[in-house]
Amino acid sequence: MNRLERNERLVRLALLAIAFSAVSVLAVITAFIFMEGTPIMFKYGFKSFLAGMDWYPTEKSFGLLPMVAGSLMVTLGALVIGVPLGLACAVFLTEFSSKRTRRIVKPVIELLAGIPSVVYGFMGVVILVPFIRESLGGPGLSVLAASIILGIMILPTIISISVDSLLAVPVAYREGSIAMGATRWQTTKMVLFPAARSGIVASIILGMGRAVGETMAVIMVAGNAATIPGSVLAPVRTLTSNIALEMGYASGEHREALFATGVILFIIIMVLNTIANATSSRRKA
Amino acid sequence: MRVGPKLEQNAVRAVLLLFTAITVFILLFIVVFILRKGLPVVDLSFLSQNPVDMGRAGGIFSTIVGTLVLTAVAVVIAAPFGIGTAIFLTEYTWENRVTRIIRFGADCLAGIPSIIFGLFGFILFVTKLRFGWSILSGGLTLAFMILPTIIRTSEEAIRAVPASYRQVSFSLGSTRWQMVTRVVLPAAVPGIVTGVILSVGRSIGETAAVIFTAGSALHIPTSVFSSSRTMAVHFYILAREGISMSNAYGTAAVLVISILIINVITYYLMERFIRKYS
Repeated sequence: MNRLERNERLVRLALLAIAFSAVSVLAVITAFIFMEGTPIMFKYGFKSFLAGMDWYPTEKSFGLLPMVAGSLMVTLGALVIGVPLGLACAVFLTEFSSKRTRRIVKPVIELLAGIPSVVYGFMGVVILVPFIRESLGGPGLSVLAASIILGIMILPTIISISVDSLLAVPVAYREGSIAMGATRWQTTKMVLFPAARSGIVASIILGMGRAVGETMAVIMVAGNAATIPGSVLAPVRTLTSNIALEMGYASGEHREALFATGVILFIIIMVLNTIANATSSRRKA
Repeated sequence: MRVGPKLEQNAVRAVLLLFTAITVFILLFIVVFILRKGLPVVDLSFLSQNPVDMGRAGGIFSTIVGTLVLTAVAVVIAAPFGIGTAIFLTEYTWENRVTRIIRFGADCLAGIPSIIFGLFGFILFVTKLRFGWSILSGGLTLAFMILPTIIRTSEEAIRAVPASYRQVSFSLGSTRWQMVTRVVLPAAVPGIVTGVILSVGRSIGETAAVIFTAGSALHIPTSVFSSSRTMAVHFYILAREGISMSNAYGTAAVLVISILIINVITYYLMERFIRKYS
């Protein structure tokens, strides 16, 4: 084996090691979150964490049910707002508008995906929250406010991935359907949606992941009371805001309980990621 | 009553147009609102003075420096790993179980919420490794966060380089590494740079992962071990604690403009790069 070949082998090994950086980072993060968060769950029992209604961390009462419920509620709310708007936008851009409109509107929407979450939260505070308080009553800081802000935040994700998967449907499908005398909408409904289903589902699940994981925007508009909200106008606290609100001053078991919150959040996100991954890899196959 | 397909088509079209208009309006409204309220506050002294009295007065100079330094640290750490991974995936292997694991890892990492990165960075870098709230802790945390973006965009950039480049290089007797470093990478540089700029945009706007790792000190950082406040964190604190609404708007305007400029540049470069090779 000459010098060049030996160098090639070394390079390949080095690159292989580097290529595992993302996997190792993922493993290290998982390990640390679980190492910090699970001991306290074992100590007090999983049930007291997941089914406990009371979050009084200084009195050793670590019920996370209100936050789990809170995360679910605002995520569902975000989907109710974001999915119809996002899919309508995607269908309009791919099937009902000129190529030129699409080439202007899609980049604009994607550029706006970069707006930081604190800015969305701030818009919620200065415009949406006062509006809800004055027109619908309640404190304004509410499930509704958080759902609307999150629904807007997941729009770029849903639109961008849905547009791509609708565009990936072979032109022959469209032509065939139109040639049979179907209208554009009938074609969309009966041919394109079924063909692009996995991509559209993946876009919704990724949007869901974004909504579950969003922190700063939610803290600013949700009111953050650690109780299960009685109505959409009541304040709510999510798993993410629970961590971010108390991380600054927590210590001892209180801090461990925040990591336990992180463990639950982490599991939810991983399940969503895996589903999104499975649906989109089936699409490729 | 049955609705004829033509009528249904027109009704649906109207509804879709309305929804699209609402979506575009909301997103544009946010930008226009922030800029209209914020830009009057922004002038040269706002950009060049340090915050005074917790941000009630003065400018945002130290937070601009903090943002730049933190982002630079993150990119310097993440770029070699991200680009190396992309080279391995495109040039040194074929699709098999190993690449599937690597891709799965990168995809999962991309989906992890920033608050989890913040928790992790806090426990590992701030407390266990005793870096404290510092540029180093924050930079490492951000580096982990932007790694998947850099991997994905670099991979796309390298794949966009035509196969003929590689064939010519091999036919001249180069080794694989020579081919990568002298032919493929130079051709892919614009695309790779685009990916890096994209991840800069992401780090600039990040709050949750940074506030628990880099802290929120208002002075200009003197070393990688000093705590530093970024523009996004500064904006969050000003708005949340009601310290100064006008300075909050000003900071937000600077933040939004920087990110929009970065995204427009990225978009333009990417378009140009893809057109060059297709």
